[in-house]
Amino acid sequence: MEYIAISTGFALMLLGLWGILSQKNLIKIVLGFTIFDTGINIVMVSIGYVRGKAAPILDVINPSEAVNEIVDPIPQALVLTAIVIGLGVSALMLVYVLKLHREKNSLDINSFKDLKW
Amino acid sequence: MIKKLIIIGIMAGVVLIFFDLFNAFTGNEVLSKTADYYARNGAKEVGASNLVTSIVVTYRGFDTLGEVTILFLTAAIISFVLKIREEDIIPNRQVRITSEILDSAAQVIVPVIFMVGIYIFVNGHLTPGGGFPGGAVIASGVLLMIMANPKFGISHTVISWVESISGVAFVILGVLGILFAGGFLDNRVLGLGDFGKLFSAGIIPIIYSFIGLKVGAELSNILGTISHAQNEKN
Repeated sequence: MEYIAISTGFALMLLGLWGILSQKNLIKIVLGFTIFDTGINIVMVSIGYVRGKAAPILDVINPSEAVNEIVDPIPQALVLTAIVIGLGVSALMLVYVLKLHREKNSLDINSFKDLKW
Repeated sequence: MIKKLIIIGIMAGVVLIFFDLFNAFTGNEVLSKTADYYARNGAKEVGASNLVTSIVVTYRGFDTLGEVTILFLTAAIISFVLKIREEDIIPNRQVRITSEILDSAAQVIVPVIFMVGIYIFVNGHLTPGGGFPGGAVIASGVLLMIMANPKFGISHTVISWVESISGVAFVILGVLGILFAGGFLDNRVLGLGDFGKLFSAGIIPIIYSFIGLKVGAELSNILGTISHAQNEKN
């Protein structure tokens, strides 16, 4: 089970990286970053998985037996932070894309060569 | 051709970096030491049935304060980048009339979406969810309003007041933790209450409600700014 999750995470990371490096359309590059981000989050959550245990919410689990019943809550808390930062980063990138499109009327990355030497 | 080779080379490098992590991964049978501490003492120290919430808001609360700041900075930078000069605004931009279905559906659904968002952040210490997802749900309601009526303007006075008051309240609640409990953002300022009830876990529900309002206001502000940027002349 955890192998499926961690392999999916790494596969998504590679897919996102391929998107970032090979695509020409700026919006597709931003999407590549978000896919990369999702992959890293899945890897982090699956590293905290404990075989056969439940989510760290103690509504039906008795708090005194929580040690033997739950998965690791720390990666989940870290991923919660990472998702929010990822949202901020992609919002910022999309706004820059919007601004670049205003400037050159094109989304192709090859039309932005002003800083290329 | 050379480009493709470089891409393949970079990806092979990344695979090489992460291969050890993947190869050494065997899955866990027991919790790590820190997680063990949280699982044993989280319920009686913090009193929230959602352990992730007790870590996010109390044990690592300072981190969350930084996270909220980053989101605020994002919203501020976006407003700065998309600022339009007064003379560049198109006076009466023609927009396509939205369909009857979207228009009526928005009026029915938006209050429900706001209610779900508020439910999610008020119950953050009991169920999966909390301030960040709740705020995002509220912002999705605002997005639906913008889509149904593209000329809908978000009042910047309301947004900035909600945002500043929630941000300041978050810090003040943290300082109250220093004065009346063990340290900054300690949640035992109020009693811990009955475990698993709505009024429990000290000030966690209050902090998470302020976080939810702040995140909702910030994301709505981003949406409003992007929507307003369409009024600029080319």
